[in-house]
Amino acid sequence: MGVADWLRRRVDRRAPPDDLGARTRALVTRRNEYGFDPFGFHPDHLHTAARLAGWLYRSYFRAEAHGIEHVPASGRVMFIANHSGQLPFDGLVIGSAVFLEPPQPRLVRSMVEHFVPTVPFASYLLSRWGQITGTPENCRRLLRQDEAILVFPEGARGISKPFSKRYQLAPFGLGFARLALETDTPIVPVAVIGAEEQAPAVNLRPLARLFGAPSFPVVPYPPFVPLVPLPVKYRLYFGEPMRLTGDPDDDDELLEDQVKAVRNRIQSMIHLGLQARKHVFW
Amino acid sequence: MSSGDPQPERPKVVVTGMSGRLGRVVARHLHRDQRFQLVGLDRRPFSGRPKDVEHHEVDLRSKKARDVFRAGDVAALIHMGVMHDPRASAAELYSWNVSGTSKLLEYAQAYGVKKVVVLSSANVYGPRPDNPQFLTEEAPLMAAQRFPQMRDLVEIDHLVSTFFWKARETETVILRPVHILGGVHNAPSNYLRLDPIPVLLGFDPMVQVIHERDVASALGRALSPGIRGIFNLVGPGEVPLSVIISELGRRTIRIPHPLARPLWALAFRLGLSSYPVAELDFIRYVCMVDGSRAERELGFRPRFSLRETILAVDERSDW
Repeated sequence: MGVADWLRRRVDRRAPPDDLGARTRALVTRRNEYGFDPFGFHPDHLHTAARLAGWLYRSYFRAEAHGIEHVPASGRVMFIANHSGQLPFDGLVIGSAVFLEPPQPRLVRSMVEHFVPTVPFASYLLSRWGQITGTPENCRRLLRQDEAILVFPEGARGISKPFSKRYQLAPFGLGFARLALETDTPIVPVAVIGAEEQAPAVNLRPLARLFGAPSFPVVPYPPFVPLVPLPVKYRLYFGEPMRLTGDPDDDDELLEDQVKAVRNRIQSMIHLGLQARKHVFW
Repeated sequence: MSSGDPQPERPKVVVTGMSGRLGRVVARHLHRDQRFQLVGLDRRPFSGRPKDVEHHEVDLRSKKARDVFRAGDVAALIHMGVMHDPRASAAELYSWNVSGTSKLLEYAQAYGVKKVVVLSSANVYGPRPDNPQFLTEEAPLMAAQRFPQMRDLVEIDHLVSTFFWKARETETVILRPVHILGGVHNAPSNYLRLDPIPVLLGFDPMVQVIHERDVASALGRALSPGIRGIFNLVGPGEVPLSVIISELGRRTIRIPHPLARPLWALAFRLGLSSYPVAELDFIRYVCMVDGSRAERELGFRPRFSLRETILAVDERSDW
């Protein structure tokens, strides 16, 4: 429809030939006679999005992915990562890495906020690109179909934290652990370095209260609200897959230890990544 | 009004709303089967019906409707006579739909009907931005929260659900099909017959559709002994609304959603549109269901492909 097709024509005309078409075709998806999967994903639309994302990934953020061999070539998997930087580019970079780097590309399905389906264009473009509304039912269904999903257990607490709290993980939700246990899904922990500096923000509490928003971030460069990320260099660290053990209906206290183990793993990968890093921008 | 049929001992099936277009499709399907003696119950006449189909032009709430059951030889009841006229008064609709259904259930229990099949709709779940992509039969029926017009249908569904417990010796089945397409004059088929079709700028939800004859065959399956429970009925797959519209070769008018509500309300008031404003959410948000239970327990699989189902809205049905 309209915008999606327009975007596709604009982008496809300008782009030089590349490997994205082959990678899009190599994705394993369940599609019907019109080429759509049950969640509204369509490979042609992804191809367009992949060109934009590929440019951001390779040229703008010059991302490096370490440990890409830990991304399984097939089968269900849950990527658990730290969430930061006011804008959800960390999700885009992880998705691009898993699509562009491994020999067998994977489509990462991330959980978008519940308000997104009420926003014009975003409502359907994100679903054409394989992203889904973040409900536990959707997660469960996709994992049972052996798909790869991306979860940020810090949620909005993580992405909206101010610059002063950079690389300190916010508390993790427990939902992902219950889902992983229920569907017997391996967890690949991911540490994202760089996103925390893409929009160094302070939170203006009085304005947040005035607008009834959870936070009101302000950045020290025009347009002063976080819209455009700085061209930081992204470094991703994929850890070895972890398997949780136990019952999905266990009490929170029992699950908390396992969630803490995942969180500690990500925190220590972040520390290692920060030590190895020479500069924020290159 | 039955004729001298060679096998008069065929089990009697009462079908409400048989004169409607979907009713005729169902009647034709069940008639072809030759397993049942069909009895229609509708306020409207049924012109051109086959000789061995009995028809009573009565109000569901009337005494005459009870008389149809009184003999005690009704084996099954298919209730699909739900009225959707958006122009009728709310009181009249409520009385027809809800009181009518509760009367029917009362007769069914009093006269020992072994099987009750009610055609509800997947719309009872309601289109909502935070819906999971596929709702199961256990999902709450949220449609009435935003749609006063849907309250009747939700209430009928609940009425029948409680009937499961009240009449345990009756096998009760609720079918909740997704948007039914075909020659029927229901809201989704009528909407797709518009040209140009109004859509919301920036919204293109995934939708599920089912062919009217697939619904008929599911109703037929629900009559088999041993089947009871609530079943979502899904068609051959999921597609964006825009794909359906372009498959039908229709033009569209894209309306920005903040303008759509007032414009739609005005058009409804002027009689230009027969869609209540609240139904806009059906072309904005996802309301899709998981049909795996019907596949597993009812053995139901749609026979028509997605393309055939979509193109069916332009077909003329006869009979």
